[in-house]
Amino acid sequence: MKLSRFGYLFREGLRGVFSHGFRSFASITVIAACLIIMGSFALLGVNIDSIIKDMEQDSQILAFVDESLTQDDARLLEGAIRTLSNVREVRFITREEALDNYKSQYEDTSIFNDIDASVLRNRYVVYLNDITLMEATKEALENIPGVADVNAEVEIAEGFITVRNVVSVITAILIVVLLIISLFMMSNTIKLATFTRREEIAIMKMVGANNGFIRLPFVIEGLIMGLLGAGIGFLLEWVVYNFIAERITESMAGNLFRFIPFAQIMTPLLIVYLAVGVLVGAFGGGMAIRNYLKV
Amino acid sequence: MVSLNKVRMRYPGTKRDVLKDIDLEIKDGEFVFLIGPSGSGKSTIIKLLTGEVRATGGKIRVNDFDLRSIKRRHLPKLRRTLGVIFQDFRLIEDMSVYDNVAFAMRVVGASSRDIRKRVPYVLDLVGLSDCKNRLPRELSGGEQQRVAIARALVNSPGLIIADEPTGNLDPAKSLEIMLLLRKINELGTTVLVVSHEKELVNALGKRVVSLDDGVLTDHGGEYYK
Repeated sequence: MKLSRFGYLFREGLRGVFSHGFRSFASITVIAACLIIMGSFALLGVNIDSIIKDMEQDSQILAFVDESLTQDDARLLEGAIRTLSNVREVRFITREEALDNYKSQYEDTSIFNDIDASVLRNRYVVYLNDITLMEATKEALENIPGVADVNAEVEIAEGFITVRNVVSVITAILIVVLLIISLFMMSNTIKLATFTRREEIAIMKMVGANNGFIRLPFVIEGLIMGLLGAGIGFLLEWVVYNFIAERITESMAGNLFRFIPFAQIMTPLLIVYLAVGVLVGAFGGGMAIRNYLKV
Repeated sequence: MVSLNKVRMRYPGTKRDVLKDIDLEIKDGEFVFLIGPSGSGKSTIIKLLTGEVRATGGKIRVNDFDLRSIKRRHLPKLRRTLGVIFQDFRLIEDMSVYDNVAFAMRVVGASSRDIRKRVPYVLDLVGLSDCKNRLPRELSGGEQQRVAIARALVNSPGLIIADEPTGNLDPAKSLEIMLLLRKINELGTTVLVVSHEKELVNALGKRVVSLDDGVLTDHGGEYYK
């Protein structure tokens, strides 16, 4: 297509956006609102995922060695523990180290003077690759001969995983529903525009315009509205995200959660927003004009 | 240029043939009037010639396009060889006279240079050089119809089809429009005018075909005798 022809069609698309000001404003607002809701849930999901990843990094299982084993025998268990597929790292802690660690949590250590390290057990600290498999790994550790007891916070891990799964499902459903709403709104706005311009379309057909020529200004109109909606939605999301992140970080919950900085996620988020804006806009515009092209 | 052979037309869901075995031949450079009372099938013939509807039977050729078998995607190509003028002008209200005419060239992909060259020439031909920046609503009915004629003419079509072009005009303006169409015909374009205004038809003395209840009679030049 010649540049001048595309320029003409682009100007026609722009004319469509501005000559139906209120309707265009409504469409842009709906797209921005849908994207903010979709984006907020997606960002919530991303943050929960990140928290769970942090937990995976930090989460550990304590495997206590049978008291009947000598320290040297206890050290031999490391090989068996490392063979487990979900194990990322293993660290052996002697009874003495365990007691020192315990003491280090208190200011006054004199109260431990009469306590001998032999009351404690040699142990392994086991770090995991995948927190969702904590229960299975715990059972596998318990089955290793020489391991007397295993301590793992399975309930807390499972709680987080449940939250992540629920948020993922809600996000997926919301994304689909809001995409359909955005598409419907966009299509309806442009359908109204095509209705008021049906005479013009009929004239275009009569003088020999092909469907592409007639469709393109409406697709461009949808595209411009989609991109504007995406841009506004992105900026508002930025403000809302930082506002909520600051409030939570300042509150007590800030000790539990670390929000991903917006700068770290803004590029992929912007790309997704623009892609959704372009798709909803162009597809909505194309859908709206379809019925008028059959003559 | 235009050839209809045993053309029949019945609209879907109806039981009556609107057109019955129509035979019509219009040669290059001819000026033909199609006359007949309301409901006789005149508009259907126009719709058939522009590809808006498809005939139930028979053969139709317009500017080398076979309209019985033409694919939908080829209709724009057919329509670029036609110039169509309507009773109600059908101008785009928020476009100037110049843009209304230029619009028809843009639609078919003409370059800006060609548009700048051709549009003033056509506006001059229809006597509207001084009105090019005005909006349609600022013009009289006759002037608006001249814009529509300029738009129909601007892509140099082989055939101009005018559907009751003077239906909304007073007798003096009507005659002006008919004379303009005759002038265009004399410059080499084939013209088919649908009209029911007997005086105008008589005034021009061209070939006449008439339709009555879907049956076509070709009077040739004998209509006036």
